[in-house]
Amino acid sequence: MNTPNITVNPELSPEALKKIDREVAKYPADQKQSAVMAALVIAQDEKGWLSKETIAVVANYLGMAPMAAYEVASFYNMYDLHPVGKYKLTVCTNLPCALSGGVHAADYVKGKLGIDFNETTPDGKFTLKEGECMGACGDAPVMLVNNKRMCSFMLPEQIDKLLAECK
Amino acid sequence: MALIDTINPLLTTGWSKGDDGWSLKDYEARGGYKQLRRVLESKMTQDDLIAEVKKSVLRGRGGAGFPTGLKWSFMPKAAPEKYVVCNTDEGEPGTFKDRDLLRFDPHSTIEGMIIAGYAVGAKLGYNYIHGEIFEIYQRFEAALDQARAAGYLGNNILGSDFSFDLFAHHGWGAYICGEETGLLESIEGKKGQPRYKPPFPANFGLYGKPTTINNTETFAAIPFILGMGGEAYLNLGKPNNGGTKLFSISGHVNRPGNYEVPMGTPFAKLLEMAGGMRGGRKLKAVIPGGSSAPVLPADVIMDCTMDYDSIAKAGSMLGSGAVIVMDETVCMVKALERLAYFYFEESCGQCTPCREGSGWLYRVVHRIEHGEGRPEDLDLLNRVTDNMMGKTICALADAAAFPVRSFIKHFQSEFEYHINNKKCLVDPDVQRAGSGFFKAGAA
Repeated sequence: MNTPNITVNPELSPEALKKIDREVAKYPADQKQSAVMAALVIAQDEKGWLSKETIAVVANYLGMAPMAAYEVASFYNMYDLHPVGKYKLTVCTNLPCALSGGVHAADYVKGKLGIDFNETTPDGKFTLKEGECMGACGDAPVMLVNNKRMCSFMLPEQIDKLLAECK
Repeated sequence: MALIDTINPLLTTGWSKGDDGWSLKDYEARGGYKQLRRVLESKMTQDDLIAEVKKSVLRGRGGAGFPTGLKWSFMPKAAPEKYVVCNTDEGEPGTFKDRDLLRFDPHSTIEGMIIAGYAVGAKLGYNYIHGEIFEIYQRFEAALDQARAAGYLGNNILGSDFSFDLFAHHGWGAYICGEETGLLESIEGKKGQPRYKPPFPANFGLYGKPTTINNTETFAAIPFILGMGGEAYLNLGKPNNGGTKLFSISGHVNRPGNYEVPMGTPFAKLLEMAGGMRGGRKLKAVIPGGSSAPVLPADVIMDCTMDYDSIAKAGSMLGSGAVIVMDETVCMVKALERLAYFYFEESCGQCTPCREGSGWLYRVVHRIEHGEGRPEDLDLLNRVTDNMMGKTICALADAAAFPVRSFIKHFQSEFEYHINNKKCLVDPDVQRAGSGFFKAGAA
């Protein structure tokens, strides 16, 4: 596991565990592992990223092997196995978005922040990622902020506004 | 965005109020949950219900176009534990209809899933929602709470002896989970790597139990089909292509968005509804059914009607109804490079022909685009696709191959120009202006 050597308390808060319990309750009693995707998201929201220790805490809580949880964490694109900036911006550059400026939007953000894809600004504020189809091609260019907030029609003016909003 | 234009609205009847029309009381006010009530109160038999859906010739709206009623009839009657699963893992580039369905009218999908549960004898269902649309996942969960509080979900629904519950499962970024067995693996808390078929989900699905899995739009159509009758629904479209369909139009049109039209509507009419070509420019090519569908040149698509059979006859697929419109400012090599990268990035790595082949396709198209193409590259690309298609567990390898083969087939001279002249046939400044990102005259 190629994760950086940073010490983070891997334990989850009672609030996070309560949220995980709510997810576990969606599935048959003998299928707790079904909640692992949601549990990893909850853990990532709390910690900012997923260290292997945090992944192990999630796995233990659900009664599954840490490696099985790591397989999930490393398979799906939006889990961060390395620390990211306070704001992770993901820009869709897939073809339908690109036809309406997705690649240009990414270039514009790169220019504004002075970083390339998969880099973080020196002040730790922004990380930039290239995204695949977000299923919102009619709103192109499309960007995600911290995986959960979708921003539509991101032309230069809207990008400037978004970056200014991110304090 | 909310609805812009439609012919024969069914699925989109609730969209007119935008974000203010999604709640339970709005849905009930437009006749929502009436069909579920009728099914339960009349004690309709499972066979009669499935027969009505068969009559409608509703075909799977996720891309494969398999007849829904037939799929439901495959579920073994005697099995004690069965599931209904909805596929809202909408990651096929160009497709954004299910997002709007759940955003503006989540209860039609919920009602459709409950009715499906009744038809196949399932007591539990899951809706797998695309990772990137967290706000839509939240709305769907809120709609589930409303339905549960009103007695449409849970034990003894509306006082009947039928019990069914439904939950949302949120994805987290993997195109492959749109493949139904990859999706089932994902709900089980694993990597979303597809399973061998057979056995099909109707026999061995979620947790190894019989499972019916349909697309969001398919489930959402069910209440409307029962409301108007299967035959009337079929007659909205054309024979073998029943009903209406949502088309997601993206790319170089004046008004990108979702449009609901009867099956068999001419492409030209759909283009007109989307406001025509942006800036009045000339149509070059259209991918009619999501990025996995073969591209069609302008003159071919302009003669097509939008239904499974017409698009198949023209050499492509209606797929999910994602219409990607490209005008004359597009370099077809660059467009293909972007798609090839997507499949390379999203191959789950399970099967060698796909894992290695998708990388080969991307690297070769990339070198052509970047002026390093070789005269033998087009043959090489076609040969690589030969070694991918039909040779893997799921259809992702085919989906990666179709764009490559069709782009080369229809735009061979543009690829050859690129290889011979080490640059785009379409002037880079023209390409840059085509996206509309930069204001005229700005840097």
